[in-house]
Amino acid sequence: MLKFLIGRLATMLLTMLCTTFIVFFLVNLEPNLVRLAKGQINSRASDAAVESWLDRNGYRAPLLERYGAWLGVWPRQPIYDERGRPTATARNCPVLEKPAYAGVLQGYLGCSTRYKEAVGPKILEGLKATGVLMFWVMIVMVPSALLIGVLAGMREGSRTDRGLSVFSILTTSTPEYVSGIVFTIIFASWLGVLNGSAATATTKGVSFYNFTLPVMTMALYGMGYIARMTRASMAEVMTSQYIRTARLKGLSFRLIVWRHALRNALIAPFTVIMLQFPWLLTGVVIVEVIFRYRGFGWMLVEAAGNNDIELLLACSTASVMVVLITQLISDVGYVFLNPRIRVQ
Amino acid sequence: MEQLSAFEIVLGILGRFNLVWIAIAIVMPVSYVFRHRLGLYGKLYGGALGWIGLFICFFWLFTAIFAAEIALHPALKQFAIQRFAKPGVLESQSGAPFYFGADRFGRDVFSRVVWGSQIVLTIAPAATVVAFIVGISLGLPAGYFGGATDRVLSFTANLVLAFPVIVLFYLLVTPGIRELKVIDYAWIKMSIPELAAFVFAGLCAAFLLTMLVTRYRRRPNVLLPLLTVTSVFCAWFITGVAFDFDALTLLGAAPVLDLEPNELNIFIAVVFVSSPGVFRIVRGLTLDIRTRDYVAAAQTRGEGSWYVMLWEILPNARGPLIVDACLRVGYTTILLGALGYFGLGLIPESPDWGTTIKEGSALLRRAAHPAVPPALALMSFVLGLNLLADALREESLKD
Repeated sequence: MLKFLIGRLATMLLTMLCTTFIVFFLVNLEPNLVRLAKGQINSRASDAAVESWLDRNGYRAPLLERYGAWLGVWPRQPIYDERGRPTATARNCPVLEKPAYAGVLQGYLGCSTRYKEAVGPKILEGLKATGVLMFWVMIVMVPSALLIGVLAGMREGSRTDRGLSVFSILTTSTPEYVSGIVFTIIFASWLGVLNGSAATATTKGVSFYNFTLPVMTMALYGMGYIARMTRASMAEVMTSQYIRTARLKGLSFRLIVWRHALRNALIAPFTVIMLQFPWLLTGVVIVEVIFRYRGFGWMLVEAAGNNDIELLLACSTASVMVVLITQLISDVGYVFLNPRIRVQ
Repeated sequence: MEQLSAFEIVLGILGRFNLVWIAIAIVMPVSYVFRHRLGLYGKLYGGALGWIGLFICFFWLFTAIFAAEIALHPALKQFAIQRFAKPGVLESQSGAPFYFGADRFGRDVFSRVVWGSQIVLTIAPAATVVAFIVGISLGLPAGYFGGATDRVLSFTANLVLAFPVIVLFYLLVTPGIRELKVIDYAWIKMSIPELAAFVFAGLCAAFLLTMLVTRYRRRPNVLLPLLTVTSVFCAWFITGVAFDFDALTLLGAAPVLDLEPNELNIFIAVVFVSSPGVFRIVRGLTLDIRTRDYVAAAQTRGEGSWYVMLWEILPNARGPLIVDACLRVGYTTILLGALGYFGLGLIPESPDWGTTIKEGSALLRRAAHPAVPPALALMSFVLGLNLLADALREESLKD
């Protein structure tokens, strides 16, 4: 087990290094750098002005050297303004006086050119906001998906099963940007009972009025998939030998489902729910943009749209980490839940 | 201004799709009659889900084919005085109705949805096919040989799968990327999307040629003509997509492979994102199938590894792969829509569903009607594909 964990952690680290380097390489392509510089000075800046801005802010140093500086294994060079005094890329970022190791390993994530402040606190803020959203999505999505799946799989082929299966297929075919719009039209424009924007959720706090639509939109798309997996697993369990034994013993159907079937039927959905996180991540971006919720996804789009290099790197690192950690949890958790599986 | 009633709108729309109804009325009953001879496709006519799924997919397929007859106006035609016209309003000059109203530039929403189906139904299936060939040609050796090949390929696939899709799209689809030539050697100048297109098209070509060579190795009189034709086709395809040079123009014909740079970009991005998923499935299936007796028999017969992979393992993995293909076309459609929604897809005026949904949703408070038809169109198409996949899975479980 320990060996398995160490191997997995090593692969995870390597994956992180590769992904961050690929993002680093792509954001530092010439057109993207020019876009960044023009966004910082003004959109009609001359080539000379762009060049001098890039040079002054250290974007002309060799790529590997800068990647090393971002990681914290190579000294970061200070930035000087026109009069030769040390300054920072953007207003509220910490100023570096002389070359020093200041990177991810030291806990410094860099400076956001879009938000004009240090990336670390900013991204924590975003992750916290998204965490709140994810929490409510999970609270709504997981129990209802499991319920639908268990009800459908309990009696395979029944009318309930047919109806619920079609419903779950329907939800998996409705991406967030479709259901979000339809819900907004129905509940916000037409009935006027819910708020079509969640922008107030970050400032004034979460309420039923401003948070229902984003949570509903996200939960719906993910729900169908989990429900279908639960249904398949439940249907399989219901045909197994020990259920037949329990029934021949004379137990009531309700007792069989509660005592015997449920526990084994819920092992497979656990993995599916864990692996759902990465998928939800893309959904988070879309939902946060639709409902103007200032969370992690919103930040990611802002960073990508403005080529905010260090914020984008931090966002990618965070999302890759979420994906890898949930994969690990799902593998390890599966072993614990299912004693028949052993890790080599 | 004259206005149609709701009933007249429904009737009018049903009437516009007359060619589609005729085509469906021919294809579906005929297939039903011959269903026992049509293999897996015929089996779909066994249940209600299959019927509904096929009906929806055929509906959009024929809509895309007959788009020019169904649409009332060109996709970009603007009627400036009728901006945000409500559904059912008649166009003041020609008297043609705006069945679904007009958008903020006074373009007919109905016609744009119809034209959009053409774009979506070309790119999504084509990208899925390429993603499948890429996934298969890498997944087969990974599962069959195992060892270092498997480790390197699996690591790469997991890398792409762990990548945040949206970031990748933003970085790959920015307009500047096209102008930057990462390979600049003599007359060979390639940007990142062109390089990726070259690799993907090259893999497809290698896949086709290897299939032919392994099959007809001992029958050169069959192999040679087939090989020549395929090589010419592959060369035309590769130069067309990667170097933006359609050899048909040399013969004085109109270019067929005339991809807009935007189209190439999103095509590559979508293939890139969905091929690792195919890779994982193919690898898993190969691991399972390679232990079967018929594989061992072929190996003892002295067949080469690639023959065993392509002609023994692949045909026996087709069931799950076809189901996955249906789901994946749907997923690709959703991805394309998401690309359009973030404004990364085609040009902003493009009538494809994702872009129109984005356009309409920006002004939801002003008018809701431009956003809803493309959204429902996208949803129904994906629903049709998912129903098909479900029906196929059930049918294959019956055997």
